[in-house]
Amino acid sequence: MNQHFPALIIIVPLLAAFFIFAISWINRKLCFPIAVLALAISFLSAIALLGMVLKNGPVEYRMGGWPPPWGISYYVDYLSALVLVVVCTVALINLIACRQSVSREFADKIGPFFTLYVLFVTGLIGMVITGDAFNLYVLLEIASLTGYALIGMGKGDAALFGLNYIFMGTVGASFYLLGIGYLYLITGSLNIADIASILPGIYGSKVVLVAFIFCITGLFLKMAFFPLHGWLPNAYTNAPSAAISLIAPLTTKVMIYVMIRIVLYLFTPSFSFEALHVASVFVWLSAVAIVMGSLLALGQKSLKRMLAYIIVAEVGYMAGGLWLGNTESITGAILHLVNDAAMTLCVFLAAGTLMFKIKPSLTGELQLDDLAGSFTKMPYTMAAFIMGALSIIGVPPFCGFFSKWYLLSGAVTAGHYEFLAALLFSSLVNVVLFFRIIEIGYYEKPDHRADAGHLIARMDEAPLEMLIPLLLVAAGLLAMGFYTDDIVTHVIRFAIPAGIV
Amino acid sequence: MHDLILTIISKYNYWIYIVLLMIGLYAMMVKKNLVKKIIGMNILQTAIILFYISIGAKKDGTLPILLHTHHTGHHLVRAADYINPLPHVLMLTAIVVSVATLGVALALAIKVYHQHGTLDEDEIHARIRK
Amino acid sequence: MEIITSIKPFLAVLVSSLAVLGIIASKRPNIRETWTLGAAVLKLFIVASMLPAVLRGTEIEYTLVRVLPGVAIRFRVDAFGMLFALVASSLWIITSVYSIGYMRSLKERSQTRYFCFFALSLSATIGVAFSANLLTLYLFYEMLSFATYPLVTHHQDAQARSSGRKYLLYIVGSSIGLVLPAMVITYHLAGTLAFSSDGIMTQAASPTLLTILFFLFLFGFAKAAVMPMHSWLPAAMVAPTPVSALLHAVAVVKVGVFSVVRVITGVFGIHHFGELHLGPIVCFIASVTIIIASLIALSQDGLKRRLAFSTIGQLSYIILGVALLAPSGITGGMLHIAMHAFGKITLFFCAGAIFVATGRKNISEMAGIGKKMPITMAAFFIGSLSVIGLPPCGGFISKWYLVLGTLEANQIPMLIVLLTSSLLNAAYFLPIAYKAFFCSPEQSLFENKVEEAPLWCLVPLSFTAIASIALFFFPQPFLSLARIAVQNLTGGP
Repeated sequence: MNQHFPALIIIVPLLAAFFIFAISWINRKLCFPIAVLALAISFLSAIALLGMVLKNGPVEYRMGGWPPPWGISYYVDYLSALVLVVVCTVALINLIACRQSVSREFADKIGPFFTLYVLFVTGLIGMVITGDAFNLYVLLEIASLTGYALIGMGKGDAALFGLNYIFMGTVGASFYLLGIGYLYLITGSLNIADIASILPGIYGSKVVLVAFIFCITGLFLKMAFFPLHGWLPNAYTNAPSAAISLIAPLTTKVMIYVMIRIVLYLFTPSFSFEALHVASVFVWLSAVAIVMGSLLALGQKSLKRMLAYIIVAEVGYMAGGLWLGNTESITGAILHLVNDAAMTLCVFLAAGTLMFKIKPSLTGELQLDDLAGSFTKMPYTMAAFIMGALSIIGVPPFCGFFSKWYLLSGAVTAGHYEFLAALLFSSLVNVVLFFRIIEIGYYEKPDHRADAGHLIARMDEAPLEMLIPLLLVAAGLLAMGFYTDDIVTHVIRFAIPAGIV
Repeated sequence: MHDLILTIISKYNYWIYIVLLMIGLYAMMVKKNLVKKIIGMNILQTAIILFYISIGAKKDGTLPILLHTHHTGHHLVRAADYINPLPHVLMLTAIVVSVATLGVALALAIKVYHQHGTLDEDEIHARIRK
Repeated sequence: MEIITSIKPFLAVLVSSLAVLGIIASKRPNIRETWTLGAAVLKLFIVASMLPAVLRGTEIEYTLVRVLPGVAIRFRVDAFGMLFALVASSLWIITSVYSIGYMRSLKERSQTRYFCFFALSLSATIGVAFSANLLTLYLFYEMLSFATYPLVTHHQDAQARSSGRKYLLYIVGSSIGLVLPAMVITYHLAGTLAFSSDGIMTQAASPTLLTILFFLFLFGFAKAAVMPMHSWLPAAMVAPTPVSALLHAVAVVKVGVFSVVRVITGVFGIHHFGELHLGPIVCFIASVTIIIASLIALSQDGLKRRLAFSTIGQLSYIILGVALLAPSGITGGMLHIAMHAFGKITLFFCAGAIFVATGRKNISEMAGIGKKMPITMAAFFIGSLSVIGLPPCGGFISKWYLVLGTLEANQIPMLIVLLTSSLLNAAYFLPIAYKAFFCSPEQSLFENKVEEAPLWCLVPLSFTAIASIALFFFPQPFLSLARIAVQNLTGGP
């Protein structure tokens, strides 16, 4: 059994997705348990894989027994093991927390929803675990398509903005595919490790340069790196709550993971940082992304839209961390990947819970003003939200502080003080953003919002099924903060390839 | 100069793909009708598919199908005789992905049409703003 | 110097955080108050139990968890930290008693939330006192900022909202915008963030960079209210008086100066600080704050606002004392943390008592109140003497050492500053007591039966007033602690 975990982790949800769809014709109530079971198996496999990697080093799994580069190999090293655990944990917790909201919003479409949910997770898991560049594209598209569909299921203008997301996302994926095509053209291989061993002789080739450009541009589009971020706020705001608390914490982070994989493991550091001289430019772009994301978030009146722009800023953190190119900053980028997935999950779950209780049936987004009096009515939800907020701001001992510390430290080492300034600026803006919400929840009385009608008066604490996962994630933010050093020294340190100073 | 023209002419297939790519991008960006954008998306993906296919093409290469006759047994296969089948296989997957994307996009377009009664982006945005 | 490992520092921090659970779960107010008082007594007990060891010269350490390469969340109890912790924990007990009386008399709402965050604030304060490095200090500093926000904005009205904004803007804005980058750069230069008696800055860094770094720290720790980062303090006076008393006379502001002093002594080191010629500059900045704050205090009619500006001035006394870089000056500065705390808290308690008894906040309305509230005004008088620095109150001892320090450091201008500000202090404090006792009371005081403040309020303020006098005659253990601390820093007698 042990050696099949890499296959299990992806095949179980894949098959389960189709199974759920089939079952939904017969008995709708079975969809949720099957989904939970499938994701639980993936979760356990991810933990087992991490344990195996920590004990024995990277694990290679050959699909069908074919050796690479002819066959597709699944390669679990420290970085992918860590991200796998993150993906599976977020997916599982979110699934449990969102059951009620799904059964309320999609009562007749439960089967399709959970199918898409599990397929989305399959796509993400595959993207993380694969060692083959083209396989990555396939799974990227699986995740993207299901993501498009999940987003398009929302109310309001979800369909239009989902369509816009399709356009941008497809261009991104196609560019990535084109980049891989160029790489195949010149190296003849699709296996990441194999390409990495062939490339060093041909660094000067224009083909490699073009491949790099297309891959990176495609990934920038997919991860909503400013200025290619336009699709994200619209798509995320209109999506259904249950879907967005899955998609938001994971999509951009896994794309960052793919970028790290491509930049550090496929085009090795000697190409990305030494042969090319774009790293500084990208750091500047990241700083701009952070500042613009934060500024744009300030102007938003809708809770989810504000959080979406915060995600745009967070992408800047991680991208900048990678392109700063030293050990501390890349540690910070990877650590922030893990931390931000948790923080984003926390705030989006809280937002979803608030939306569930405050505006259950009305169309339209949850405006900041709707949160009036939420501290008295929904103290635990707001407590969890505040913990997520403090983590995003970067207050110790929450995990967000430590990843920010590594990023700041990396910026100082590299001498990129503009990145340091951007990070601090964004922290300060986050303080303003979240305290605006806290002020509204704290000072204003709920019955002031008379026009929202009877729904506000019924605001009370969320059901336990939604509350417990939320509080668990919030507590996890603290725990991850305290265990930062363990995560860094036992996992992340090995995830950074040689060749980075 | 002569070399340059020679380079351009000999790689005419790649130029066609680039033109297709640009047409696709242009349609996606500039056209207002949602279905035309979707068509542009498809053209973009097709251009990339054609690009891959032509990677595998070889001069005087034949179809990559091995004809076995029982008594000859193992004989050496010279890769240079056959065009590279791998890009074709890869592109089968890409075509499927493209079709699936088309499906999702059209489904969403239908939903938009039901909501707004029009497929013109400008009109839809005007209606949203109201 | 001996270092022993013991979990006591961590326990001292933890005890009030755990009490929060009890406070939230209490069904009846009396049980809730018992949790608060119980935690306060336990905290003082734990802190005091470490006192004998510290007086002997031992330091107590406890590492919680390593979080960054070379940096852990670690506690260390040394003489200076012990001084601050003793002050904070002993005054918490008294303030809790006072709070109970104050909140109940005014029938304030959300008392559970109040006592919860009060307990958390004290956890954070002790955490700062016992920090072994900059990271731990920063952690608890931030925790204090966020824990005190609900306390400052307790009344939840429009004024609380705008004051809360100012509070956050100054305190959190400066700690994230100034202290955090300074910490990161310090970590880069020194490789560690631990406090050490010689400082951790290597000689290799350029003086300009180190100077900039220091000013980032000085203004970044806005809780020290060095001008121009002082505006939050008067704004925070919208808080209920026990909050102003403990937090803004004792805990929050002292955390600010404590952090600044730690940076001067533990990160830069006295010798290196002197080599950078920062001593005179900081003395100058502190003097400016002292004088201007005292002048503004003269013009304030609101009693709490006058006390706030007085606090701003007094905090810079501490910084001035340390910046003199002379043993007596540093001793005086550290001692002033204790003396000022007892004196100021008395003054705030009295202000609150007056508000509870009469509903008055302005000095102009307090003529003749001494006839009706003799004990309160007597305590006020004693508190004023302590803050001005006159015998027989404890404040005199710390001022004495400060004056000695200016002479040791040959900084005669500073001596003049000290004397001038004492005069100004007298000018804005003594008239209050004088008018209270020796003027004819206003008619309105006779109409609504004004009587002494309730017992719950009266006993604490009398206690702290008597303590202020007692500290004059017997300034231990604070003086010994300050002496031991200075000894470690300067390596002298």
